Amino acid sequence: MAIIETKNLTYTYPGATKPSISDVSIKIERGEFVLITGPSGCGKTTLCRCFNGLIPHFYQGELKGEVIVAGLRVQEHQTYELATHVGLVFQNPENQLFALSVEKDVAFGLENLGVPREEIRKRVDWALKLTGIYELRERTPLELSGGQQQRVAIASVLAMQPEVIVLDEPTSFLDPLGAKKIFEVIYELNRKLGITIVLVEHRLDLTAKYADHIIIMDEGKVVLDGEPHEILGSEEARLIGVGVPKATRLYKILKSGGIKLGGRVPLSSEEMAEKLREALKRL
Amino acid sequence: MIEVQDVYFRYPTGVEALKGVSLTIQDGEFVAIMGENGAGKTTLVKHFNGLLKPTKGKVLVNGVETTKVSVATLARTVGFVFQNPDHQLFSETVEEEIAFALKNFGFSQEVIEKRVEWALNLLGLTQYRKTSPFMLSGGERKRVALASVLAWDPKILILDEPTIGQDYQQKEKLRQFILQMKAQGKTVVIVTHDVEFVAECNPRVVLMRGGKIVADGEARKILTDPEILEQASIVPPQIAQIFINLSDLGFPKNVIDVYEAGEILLKAFKGRQRA
Repeated sequence: MAIIETKNLTYTYPGATKPSISDVSIKIERGEFVLITGPSGCGKTTLCRCFNGLIPHFYQGELKGEVIVAGLRVQEHQTYELATHVGLVFQNPENQLFALSVEKDVAFGLENLGVPREEIRKRVDWALKLTGIYELRERTPLELSGGQQQRVAIASVLAMQPEVIVLDEPTSFLDPLGAKKIFEVIYELNRKLGITIVLVEHRLDLTAKYADHIIIMDEGKVVLDGEPHEILGSEEARLIGVGVPKATRLYKILKSGGIKLGGRVPLSSEEMAEKLREALKRL
Repeated sequence: MIEVQDVYFRYPTGVEALKGVSLTIQDGEFVAIMGENGAGKTTLVKHFNGLLKPTKGKVLVNGVETTKVSVATLARTVGFVFQNPDHQLFSETVEEEIAFALKNFGFSQEVIEKRVEWALNLLGLTQYRKTSPFMLSGGERKRVALASVLAWDPKILILDEPTIGQDYQQKEKLRQFILQMKAQGKTVVIVTHDVEFVAECNPRVVLMRGGKIVADGEARKILTDPEILEQASIVPPQIAQIFINLSDLGFPKNVIDVYEAGEILLKAFKGRQRA
């Protein structure tokens, strides 16, 4: 059963002259790792705001069509209710951090839900350790570096252990190794705890290999939707100007030079290196 | 030219962010400063326009010590675009945002109009000229911040994480633009974590760790050295990873460009097919 489903979803911000997303119909299955990508300004962030009810409850504006999350019609349920099902990590961590200490920020959501104290302690520590900021727990979030703040934002959503976590470019301020670690944590939450992940990203070199479903948007519409190897290997993806992983590009350069490596299109350097190794062995 | 001479910097909180940094950047150079979070990258570049002054040591911009001139004077020469666009945007419309600094520098109305038009066009923002910057997406706000600095045509341009939130086409435009600045003899310094972008540009890379410079050289040399990179929390670009992986088969390790990679491999395949 789909955990998120939209049907002909169209949304216009208050005062805007045209819709930011139009006629979006997608299905996200429970337990999937979904990547949403597309040119900047294409409506990715807007779509994510529909998943936890920020649209239409906070942003107002005009919403047409349907969006159903964990069986709830978003228009009919308040954000606090949806928050127990869907956690959203914002693009700019400063927009969601406000407490005097890191651990208070991470505990805030749980306190609001009335979770018992012991359980809060346990889950906060768990989330802080998973994201590698346990040592920073008594610091003020606003004094931390951009990358550290992003970890706090992720930890505060993790602590809620929602069924779906939506992350909007969650590692843009992190160094590559830090970003890789965060993606690995997210992947583990997906594989081990079965949490559905919706990740908005431009940097497919780092993330495509984790996904089992990719959605590409352009000018407010969904233009490609399917299995990542197929979609990113397609000519359409390149034409839209999506940052196809370099391993995929190299595969295609070789293909047009007459070298056929066979099998499915690679998305990561490991996949590509292995293909090359095998092909060279066969010669 | 930017000269950094044995600079130490301590924040009022007591954190020592720079511990003896020396670096010379010539006119017309394109330099990427890389390294882990908290390595001191942003602290270092904030010294280039005098936003921060060294606790010890000296920073000279075109031969003048940054402690001897105001930030406002330096700004004419050194343009700085912040990591987080929300730290610098404040105007009602995109157009006003871009015009603001130009007015402060005392350009004539005619010049201001021309420059605003040019910057809007360059960064694909013309359709948003009357829009509030705060209505735009993260990636678009980032471009407004960039446009507002480019508009006054500084000789030295500092970009802190310019590729965040930018899609592939925008990055490609940014790359073209930087190369054009470089061709005009202007200096561009970027602080970035984006290894794939650096691999495409092949600039001089300065690698920092713990307030010090740990490596300095061309991108294809530094981004293909796993040991140095790991120290600085950087993952090699995908093409470098592939060639490092295949180095036991006799392939060169120092490849970061996808087209160069394609040529080397096509040659190898054709050579072996013949043999």
